[in-house]
Amino acid sequence: MEMPKPNPEILLKKARIVSRLQEALYDGAVIHDEAETRAYECDALSAYRCPPLCAVLPSSTEEVSAILKICHEEGVPVVPRGSGTSLAGGALPTADAVILGVARLNAVLETDYPNRFIRVQTGRTNLSVTGAVETDGFFYAPDPSSQLACAIAGNIAMNSGGAHCLKYGVTTNNLLGVTMVLMDGTVVEVGGAHMDAGGIDLLGVICGSEGQLGVVTEATLRILPKPEGARPVLIGYDSNEVAGECVSDIIKAGVLPVAIEFMDRPCIEATEAFAHAGYPMCEALLIIEVEGSPAEIDEQLALIKEIARRHNPVELREAQDADEAARIWLGRKSAFGAMGQINDYMCLDGTIPVSALPYVLRRIGEMSREYGLGVGNVFHAGDGNMHPLILYDANKPGDLELCEAFGADILKLCVEVGGCLTGEHGVGIEKRDLMVVQFTPEDLEAQMRVKDVFDPDWLLNPAKVFPLASSATRRAATGVAA
Amino acid sequence: MIRPASEEDLAGVVAGAKGPLSIQGGGTRGFADNAEGERLTTSGITGITLYEPGALTLVARAGTPVEEIRERLARDNQRLPFEPMDHRALLGTTGEPTIGGVVAANISGPRRVMVGAARDYALGLRFVDGRGMVIRNGGRVMKNVTGYDLVKLLSGSYGTLGILTEVSLKVLPKVAASATIVLGGLSDDRAVAAMAAALGSPFEVSGAAHDPGTGETLLRLEGFDESVRYRSERLAELLKTFAPSRMESDADVVAKLWAAIRDVTAFAGKEGDVWRLSVKPSDAPDLVGRSGAKQSLYDWGGGLVWLRCDDGTDLRARLAAFAGHATLIRANAQTRRGLGIFQPEPAPLARISAGLRAQFDPRGILNPGMMG
Repeated sequence: MEMPKPNPEILLKKARIVSRLQEALYDGAVIHDEAETRAYECDALSAYRCPPLCAVLPSSTEEVSAILKICHEEGVPVVPRGSGTSLAGGALPTADAVILGVARLNAVLETDYPNRFIRVQTGRTNLSVTGAVETDGFFYAPDPSSQLACAIAGNIAMNSGGAHCLKYGVTTNNLLGVTMVLMDGTVVEVGGAHMDAGGIDLLGVICGSEGQLGVVTEATLRILPKPEGARPVLIGYDSNEVAGECVSDIIKAGVLPVAIEFMDRPCIEATEAFAHAGYPMCEALLIIEVEGSPAEIDEQLALIKEIARRHNPVELREAQDADEAARIWLGRKSAFGAMGQINDYMCLDGTIPVSALPYVLRRIGEMSREYGLGVGNVFHAGDGNMHPLILYDANKPGDLELCEAFGADILKLCVEVGGCLTGEHGVGIEKRDLMVVQFTPEDLEAQMRVKDVFDPDWLLNPAKVFPLASSATRRAATGVAA
Repeated sequence: MIRPASEEDLAGVVAGAKGPLSIQGGGTRGFADNAEGERLTTSGITGITLYEPGALTLVARAGTPVEEIRERLARDNQRLPFEPMDHRALLGTTGEPTIGGVVAANISGPRRVMVGAARDYALGLRFVDGRGMVIRNGGRVMKNVTGYDLVKLLSGSYGTLGILTEVSLKVLPKVAASATIVLGGLSDDRAVAAMAAALGSPFEVSGAAHDPGTGETLLRLEGFDESVRYRSERLAELLKTFAPSRMESDADVVAKLWAAIRDVTAFAGKEGDVWRLSVKPSDAPDLVGRSGAKQSLYDWGGGLVWLRCDDGTDLRARLAAFAGHATLIRANAQTRRGLGIFQPEPAPLARISAGLRAQFDPRGILNPGMMG
């Protein structure tokens, strides 16, 4: 993956930049020692690494503003970082960039049950937002797999999803307002406890802008009353096509489960060997979960089971108690770990129209044989968000490149059938150069014009989202190497 | 009136425009009256281009009538979840509301409080910017974080960033049953508290409105038969401390009740300016008190307030600073010009919005002056 060359002028003035940042912040908030900056050299896309110029860990919005003002004056690129769980390289530094980590900004600022929102600092982890309100019967809906570790800041940057967004939507549908610091240090308030934008919907474009428009330090999030209960059912089929038809029929019947998860044979075999969840050996496995009171759950599951039976399942198992429910989810939740036991893997998240599911799975199987690399599929079937896990050996020369080429072909296929490159992980550096597959130069130009307004010098989170060739003129014009 | 028949025609018209354009869909929402320029309508660019019920997705050209989409969805037992308002009764307009207008103005109804707004169901769109370039963003899949979300940016931008030519929407199944719990005689304060209690319960309330005119507070439940029955009983029990309630479970009656809330028909045909407030729900009763309005209506549990005021009332001055915003929906041309349609934004946000308009419409020809 090509990254821009660091600006030698910035590298030369490192001492001055560090000392200016130290003056503005409390002791210990600036990390510049080479051994220590290594902790920030990569995120969860660990194949790519580069230690930053330095890292700063501010404790308030005012400090974030001070940092950005200094970096703006010095012409230094800034890479915002939540918890560093990005699978797309969204927080990968360049050697001339300052990493701005929000980890110390983790307070709950306000909980308001009558108006159903919580206001938090954005370094707070996703799961701990729910943790702050669950004893009072509420929860925060978006639930990315990394929710134990990932920060709200990163969720907003990537517009993160999760297993339950078929019913509750993704981050953008649950975000009411933000406090954001622009690159020049200006603090802006966008949205708030009210439900819609008063002018142009800036919040809508800030969410999912991958930290390239500003640094979000506080967020007002919608919280929802917890349902009375939930129950999963597990259904096995002899073919992907039939499982796909079953999903489509359930949706058409008017049931809206909170989650419809899909696993294919390679993935079932790997998780069964790893987690012993008691899954049947078949071509396709569905885990469908519904919510409500016991009576409501019975009503919905009866309909789902009736539809499932019409398609002749090889297995149909409804959880009778919490223990069985946990076992049904056990395999799904350990799927990534199980695949990791077999080999290194790359996880993609292209999204496709649900109707294209059988065709895309068949093509992925064919490509797997052509490339000679194994692949398992585990994904959110209700919304077409695929998660092919391509297995490769990081220690074998050329294997990573082969895996990336295979991954690129899968993503091209997703776009070809009417889908997109990424459903919830973000573009980052990983899918940056594939953007031209999905967008025309004019489409990309329109997006880059938004960045021109928020960050005219193109200093925030350099070399992400847009192909380097597309952004070359702008980066050259600002005189910033990144 | 310019009425292009295709996206390509429209792009040509915009590229060749010599002056400002005042853009409308069906012209039922009155917004085109607020912009100077030659009238242009997208009502000639029509047709549903894709509908996959099993994928909950519908794609339609911007000028497609909302009614046509509603009918098509109903044939497969589906609907637009965000329940867009029809402005015709309130504004005394005629014509056919279009799906492009719904998205361009982010028009949602009572169900917004539970399921989200029009912008939350817009998966993708095509538009013509102020240069006459055709731009595409988003797509037809439910989860998509590929690049910046211009779909949200354009939804609710009232044509000032670009003219929509096609929208792709997430739709949802229709429900089997619906019921409404009606509480009587609550003060505005108590009504908002009752609605907060209902919306904070696990019973999935899909509408929460209060009409001080009739003194009735309405709470809607939707879903499968058994489920609606169960939840409405539990909810009535929960709300016992506020007031005794009655239950309305006839589907037609319930539909009519909520269509009236959605379309603010209580204000129709009555004189005065109409304002729309978007606020923190618990602030609403105090703001209504300060407004001096002749009539009010609470929707979204208090998050949306409709006010009917004396002609020319400067409501924003009267309310002073508050969290949220006030939009002038109905007034004569002089008042609209004098007070502005939209609440002025704080300086840094106004600068960003103006910057975006300058980027997408460098000649300033798309609904100039409408949003600032």
